[in-house]
Amino acid sequence: MISEKLDGKTFFITGSTGFLGTALAERILSNFEGAKLVLLIRAGRRSSPWDRAKREIIKNDAFDPLRERLGTAFDEYIEGHVTAVAGDVSSRNLGLDEDGLRLLGQCDYVIHSAATVSFDSPLTQAVAVNLLGPTNVGDAIKAAAVVVGKDPAETHFIAVSTSYVAGYRRGLAPERILRNTPFSPMPSFESEIDFTNRLKADVEIKSRSIEALVDFEKKARKELGAVGGPLLAQKLEKLRNDWVEQQLIDLGIARAKSLGWPDAYTFTKSLGEEALVENHGSDLSISIVRPSIIESSKSYPYPGWIKGFRMAEPIIISYARGLLKEFPGVPEGIIDVIPVDQVTGAIIAVAAKEAPIPSDDPPVYQVASGSVNPLRYKVLVDLVREWFLQNPLYDSEGQPIAVPEWNFPGRGRVQKQLTKLSNNLEFVDGILSLVPLRGKRAEIVTDLEEKKEAVDRALSYVELYGSYAETEAIFDVSNLIELFESLDEADQRILDFDPRTIDWSSFVSDVHLPSVVKHARVKTTAEKKTTNNRSEKTTSQILSDRFRVAAFDLENTIIASNVVDAYAWFATKDLPVSKKALFALALAAEGPSLVTLDKRDRGDFLRNFYRRYSKADINHLSSQSYELFNAYLLKKAFPKAIERVRRHRQLGHKTVLITGALDFVIEPIAPLFDEIVACTMTTDSRGRLTGNLSSTPPTGEARALLISEFASKYDVPVQECVAYADSSSDLPMLEIVGYPVAVNPEPRLLQIAKRRGWVVENWERQAGHSKLMLPIGRER
Amino acid sequence: MAPRPGFILNVDKSYPGTLFWHGEGFRLEKLPEGSRVIYPPEPIDALADPIAEISDALDNPVGDSKPLDALLFRGMKLTIAFDDVSLPLPQMESPDIRSLIIEEVLERAARAGVTDVELIAALALHRRMTEAELRHAVGDRVYDAFYPRGLLKQHDAEDRTNLEFIGTTEIGEEVEISKRAATSDLIIYVNINLVSMDGGHKSVATGLSSYRSLRHHHNVKTMVHSRSFMDRHNSELHSSNWRMGKVIKDAGIKIFQIETTLNNNTFPDQFAFLQKREWEWSFKDRATFLATSKSLKATPPWLARSIFHSVRSPYGLTSIQAGEVEAVHERTLENVYKQQLVRVQGQSDILTMGLPFVGPYNVNSIMNPILVYCLGLGYFFNMYKNKPLVRKGGVLIMSHPARNEFDPVFHPSYIDFYENVLSESTDPKVIEEKFEEQYATDPWYIHLYRTGNAYHGVHPFYMWYWGAHALDHLGAVIILGGDPKVAKRLGFMAASTMNDALEMASHYVGSSPTLTHLHTPPLFMSEVE
Repeated sequence: MISEKLDGKTFFITGSTGFLGTALAERILSNFEGAKLVLLIRAGRRSSPWDRAKREIIKNDAFDPLRERLGTAFDEYIEGHVTAVAGDVSSRNLGLDEDGLRLLGQCDYVIHSAATVSFDSPLTQAVAVNLLGPTNVGDAIKAAAVVVGKDPAETHFIAVSTSYVAGYRRGLAPERILRNTPFSPMPSFESEIDFTNRLKADVEIKSRSIEALVDFEKKARKELGAVGGPLLAQKLEKLRNDWVEQQLIDLGIARAKSLGWPDAYTFTKSLGEEALVENHGSDLSISIVRPSIIESSKSYPYPGWIKGFRMAEPIIISYARGLLKEFPGVPEGIIDVIPVDQVTGAIIAVAAKEAPIPSDDPPVYQVASGSVNPLRYKVLVDLVREWFLQNPLYDSEGQPIAVPEWNFPGRGRVQKQLTKLSNNLEFVDGILSLVPLRGKRAEIVTDLEEKKEAVDRALSYVELYGSYAETEAIFDVSNLIELFESLDEADQRILDFDPRTIDWSSFVSDVHLPSVVKHARVKTTAEKKTTNNRSEKTTSQILSDRFRVAAFDLENTIIASNVVDAYAWFATKDLPVSKKALFALALAAEGPSLVTLDKRDRGDFLRNFYRRYSKADINHLSSQSYELFNAYLLKKAFPKAIERVRRHRQLGHKTVLITGALDFVIEPIAPLFDEIVACTMTTDSRGRLTGNLSSTPPTGEARALLISEFASKYDVPVQECVAYADSSSDLPMLEIVGYPVAVNPEPRLLQIAKRRGWVVENWERQAGHSKLMLPIGRER
Repeated sequence: MAPRPGFILNVDKSYPGTLFWHGEGFRLEKLPEGSRVIYPPEPIDALADPIAEISDALDNPVGDSKPLDALLFRGMKLTIAFDDVSLPLPQMESPDIRSLIIEEVLERAARAGVTDVELIAALALHRRMTEAELRHAVGDRVYDAFYPRGLLKQHDAEDRTNLEFIGTTEIGEEVEISKRAATSDLIIYVNINLVSMDGGHKSVATGLSSYRSLRHHHNVKTMVHSRSFMDRHNSELHSSNWRMGKVIKDAGIKIFQIETTLNNNTFPDQFAFLQKREWEWSFKDRATFLATSKSLKATPPWLARSIFHSVRSPYGLTSIQAGEVEAVHERTLENVYKQQLVRVQGQSDILTMGLPFVGPYNVNSIMNPILVYCLGLGYFFNMYKNKPLVRKGGVLIMSHPARNEFDPVFHPSYIDFYENVLSESTDPKVIEEKFEEQYATDPWYIHLYRTGNAYHGVHPFYMWYWGAHALDHLGAVIILGGDPKVAKRLGFMAASTMNDALEMASHYVGSSPTLTHLHTPPLFMSEVE
């Protein structure tokens, strides 16, 4: 009886916050009360390992059945059976101190399940965790043995790897480590580690070259517009880091492919096995367990349990949403999937077996289904399609989404189609970005952007996972079956890891898909989404009687106009009719260069543009500003914006107008606000404007600073302040407050606002006037 | 041939259909057989020599008043107040009758050696006029002589420093008017009486007053008891103004009232068909009607609007009387009725009317939904003496596109009234209690009223009270061709065709109702027996 064998034994588990690790912890705790666990957990910045263990493992719904069974005794049971230690598999001795090592030394089994399972992790990270991880664990076991004074081979080290270390090899893949199979040669893991580090340094250097930095700046500007220095720098550095990471991802894939593995994950896992055997094979007692693609559980802790959104799930959901119209694969190919509870059952059975004698050919157990109970690709696709025809997802209009029929095209064709679509979308997007769009029309661009993202995602699935659907290796499971059959009937029932017993049709339709759909939080009913609850909720918070400072931008936030309009209006006011048109044409011809300047730096633009006012009589302009306001600006105002300002004041909030417009131009609208920050211009001795501003125009970061000043003036935290603005150049102001509101946002801002869940308002001009109103002052 | 009086037609099989105003356009509707259509009297003849008539009126005042020349003296303080842009509709062809009178008055004042003269547009809580509008009303010569020197002003009912409290009436109504006017040796008021509501004590007591004073008669209670407010002697609105007039007179403030009446020659030649009876349309009328309607359909509303607002009306002066306020006004009323009154036998179940592009409060602007309501249920409905054209519980069908369009410059508080007040209630009483003060004292509206061209914040409330009597009286209101959402917000229904409207009306008045159609333009008043 296994439970007897495990009585009083302790398991040391790495990767317990992961999908497999959590399942394993639960399986041991609920089936073998005599066993205890020590969990290696990376300490969070603010939480202790124990807090993390509770939050990320014990609270998981995997423990629900146990929680229910034990009732109030659950907490006590867990505390009596589980210890958490801080550590990290990529550090020397797992980052354990002496106490930690002592704990490790007292353990009977070490199960190393920590890995970066994402197929597109950067090569450096994959090397640190997947390649070096098993060796690090081995080192720690030896160090721990010294601390407690025992033979390290007394500890049974079970390393979790993957069946896919077989890579692109065809035919039966045996349960032996690679160097002992006919497929080798294996590359030297030492040189791979060495070169990976040098590659990383090279990429970092490249990312700091002048050309690269200029390029990042261009991209940062394109994305954010004229937001000013600090934000731009932040963005630039992020773009650089992203680029470095992407390079390392690409390098990882390229290197893996050159040696016969589909990606960095399988490649580094293979080298990890290799390094482990090389470094520790002769003096540690090692077993290797290689699952294939782990999916939701068949029975334990309950059918359909899953943690996280994994490899097949996003593909399935993309398909059900109609996004992924085709996926490459061979119809009769085998998709080697294994329910997670079969893997945990197998690991426990391996542990309970007598520890193997140290050797450079340690026992390997592949936990896979392909060789004994294959799930054919076409069968899987048909099951999925059938299921979604019965249980369709719904689009936002409440219409069921019809799933496409898959034709099993070659990977190249699908990739080509998707790439073409992606490029087309990029082209349209590029054109649209040249056109000034706002508010509802800007949504066309964000919709397009979202579509492009979906297509790119689909493309990345095809690139990443395509090979798994095309794998032609068949994983031998003789060792696994032999292990299973060596158990008595009761243990077989408890551990239940015989892949031959899986009924694929019922597993896919009754267990896996319902679970996937539930986890994906997708629309499964025809209800139409009527309101954006979150946005409404935020708006009602903004308009509560809690004291706030509300800051407003002017142009395109309150009035559909800009500084150029006001200037044109003044300038044409006293011109004869014939010259008005000429003036308008001349200004229009300047338009593009003005726009370019404005996009680069709003402050520079204002300084430059306002020189035109040089020598104008301020009293004359001041007296005309009321006419400008009533004859032109007010007609272009958004009544809802004006109402919003007034609403804030009625609630007792302080309202602030922060604008790059000149003070005398906005004089007529000043009474709407409690405070005004505008541009002011110096005058000469004759009372004429000099064309020079008397202080820095309130743009970019200056706005964020102003908000903090007003916040402290009115003694209210900036988190309680509201900011309304339309353009990404106002990002510093929007980012600093607790309640940012994007008003008639341009596409860039709309995208940012949508991503961050900001309130978006589309305020329009009052209907009833011509859409086109020229900023031309009338005579008299 | 003498102008023909008003005419009531019974619709039979041969009736060609009747023309409905429909905002910036028209509808030709077939009314059910047996309906009656009231046609206004034809324009009576205009006075041949207006300038001589003005002179004559100033020399021969009515009531207890000396001739104007005898009231003018060297060193006196003289204020000339005049009606604002809300009169007449549309604006009359140049010269505006006000400018002729003002020039004559100024000439006499100059002859008498009067130097302290100020002109005030009697806006009350209406919007300030634009320069072009002021020039039109007083004439370029007067404008250029007075405006640059700050002597041509627009009454500012929110300028506390320039308001004078005069006293209270016997029932406690406060009287407050322009300080300049109140402290003048003489106020000369120059009026245009387009409808019988205008003029009399209402000129000064309302036109030069403030919210403090106005709220005593511009309220729901008064309006419900004004039956109608077009009938001076049965109007609580006027009784209140007359009480205030007495307070002003008792305070020693002297008013020399000049009132004028116009004939109803409202539209120039190109729109002649509007004023004709349909079966008398000439080939030319038919052609212009077809061409106009067709081209209007292809014109965006804002453009059609600006075309219509540029129409100047060839109104002719039919009378001018000057002197003591009450005596002048009685004579004015007689002259108004002479042109406008039509005798009608009995009420009907349904009243239909077509609403034009302009009312008193949207000159050069948009007739927004609240003004549509006010024109139909306030003005047109109240154009009666004795009793309304439609029976109690009857149905009003008025034709107008009633678009959700507003002028943010002239009518800023209307936008908020529509969005925030009407969405809560359409009951005048509730609206008055819950929202009036907030809008009347709102600093932003006051700012726009004083420095821009905005109606005062409280003005949309008055528009709503104007229809209170009709709301009280009617069983239902249907807006023919109106935006359904707008109609719903106003508390009404919308119908896209006359047949639909009649079908809807049958729920209130049965399946064989009597129907009366008010055939405008021009405006007229019914005396219902």
